[in-house]
Amino acid sequence: MTQRKIRVLVAKPGLDGHDRGAKTVASALRDHGMEVIYTGLHQTPEAIAEIAAQEDVDVVGLSILSGAHMALFPRVRVELEKRGMGHVLLTGGGIIPQDDMAALETQGYTKLFGPGTPTEAIAKWITVAMAERLKNEGAQ
Amino acid sequence: MAAAETLAARIERGDRTALARMISWAENGDARFAGELAALWPRVGRAWRVGVTGPPGAGKSTLVNELARVERSRERSVGICAVDPSSPFTGGALLGDRIRMDDRTLDPGVFIRSMASRGSHGGLARAAASACDVLDAFGFATILLETVGVGQAEYDVLDAADTVVVVLCPGAGDGIQAMKAGLLEVADVLVVNKSDLPGAERLQSDLTEAVHVRFTKRAWAVPVVAASAGTAQGTEDVLEAIARHRAHVESSGLEAARRRKRIEQVRHSLSEQLSERLWGPAGLRDRVEVELAQGHSPHAIAAALLAEVTMGLSKLSEARR
Repeated sequence: MTQRKIRVLVAKPGLDGHDRGAKTVASALRDHGMEVIYTGLHQTPEAIAEIAAQEDVDVVGLSILSGAHMALFPRVRVELEKRGMGHVLLTGGGIIPQDDMAALETQGYTKLFGPGTPTEAIAKWITVAMAERLKNEGAQ
Repeated sequence: MAAAETLAARIERGDRTALARMISWAENGDARFAGELAALWPRVGRAWRVGVTGPPGAGKSTLVNELARVERSRERSVGICAVDPSSPFTGGALLGDRIRMDDRTLDPGVFIRSMASRGSHGGLARAAASACDVLDAFGFATILLETVGVGQAEYDVLDAADTVVVVLCPGAGDGIQAMKAGLLEVADVLVVNKSDLPGAERLQSDLTEAVHVRFTKRAWAVPVVAASAGTAQGTEDVLEAIARHRAHVESSGLEAARRRKRIEQVRHSLSEQLSERLWGPAGLRDRVEVELAQGHSPHAIAAALLAEVTMGLSKLSEARR
């Protein structure tokens, strides 16, 4: 009996200690039927990628309010690739200026979500992206 | 790229991403899992599997983290499988056990997998025992299997672990709670965690007494160990109790003990799959609804269905002969 669930890692990289947003998103995704692993605060990019690999997640969401997003997203991406996890859907949110958001999105860090985003929108975006991916997996 | 290499082969050469993927296959009921596990089966059985169970908030994750820390200091590798509950309403789950195992993340001798219970009611996920098999095949010396926070009637861990550790803490009910049927009976080792809190000594003496009153005829005397996992106290004592239990099991017939547990695993897996199969695509639900509307009792409907299933099974065994 197949029951494929979307597995999501919600991670807090770096030094910022505010995780109400991360917890809100984690709970919302759970309420949309996903299995959500939350890392706790102060994770290194290396640790986040290692957890993603051990948990075989489909999605990694980074919550960053420290301003270090331009450094952290690429580093997490590199660490994921090192572990054969390049296929992971990397996304995130927090306090990220519009210009930086656009830059990260064009550099291939997929969609980012700023303050005020309805959690519905995040869940829907993940669901649609994963449905697309599973269709491709099935086609192989 | 060697696309043809199997997961089993990758696991044999220590590929952790393959290990993670194979556990996912077990969780998702992927049809390829059985074949891969069969290939790894000769490597299964070397690890010692310790189940850690107890009520929510007793300190299971913290104790697991502590046990892993001390095992690592003794250069023994540790595989961890930690189960948290799935929502019966949405099917979603928030898996937070590894927050308390943070120090172990980057240790190459440790692998932690969080697992949602996905509708299992026995305190584990259906795939938990399979995940332990895969961790075992990978070569971890000790496997720690943490259940969801349990109440008084979740016993699946009994069939999945070689040693069952039940973690209790003061302030969550008196010794009489513990003497009710249930958790106490599955314990090979009892841990009174948070032993620095008031009431811990009382709980320990209540438990010691309860264990001695109830289980006088058993060959294994269940030890009651005090620990404070949050402050790293008593972990060695817990490991020592586990080691003594292991020695006891090994001297009284390990293979037979494991086979008994495997039989129960097959039985559970069979009954779960059977009810799922019956209830699933065959439209049984609709039929039951119709029969209820016709005024039949649930008991009568179930009895009639059972008769049909039994008939089907006896035809099957005739066909085999």
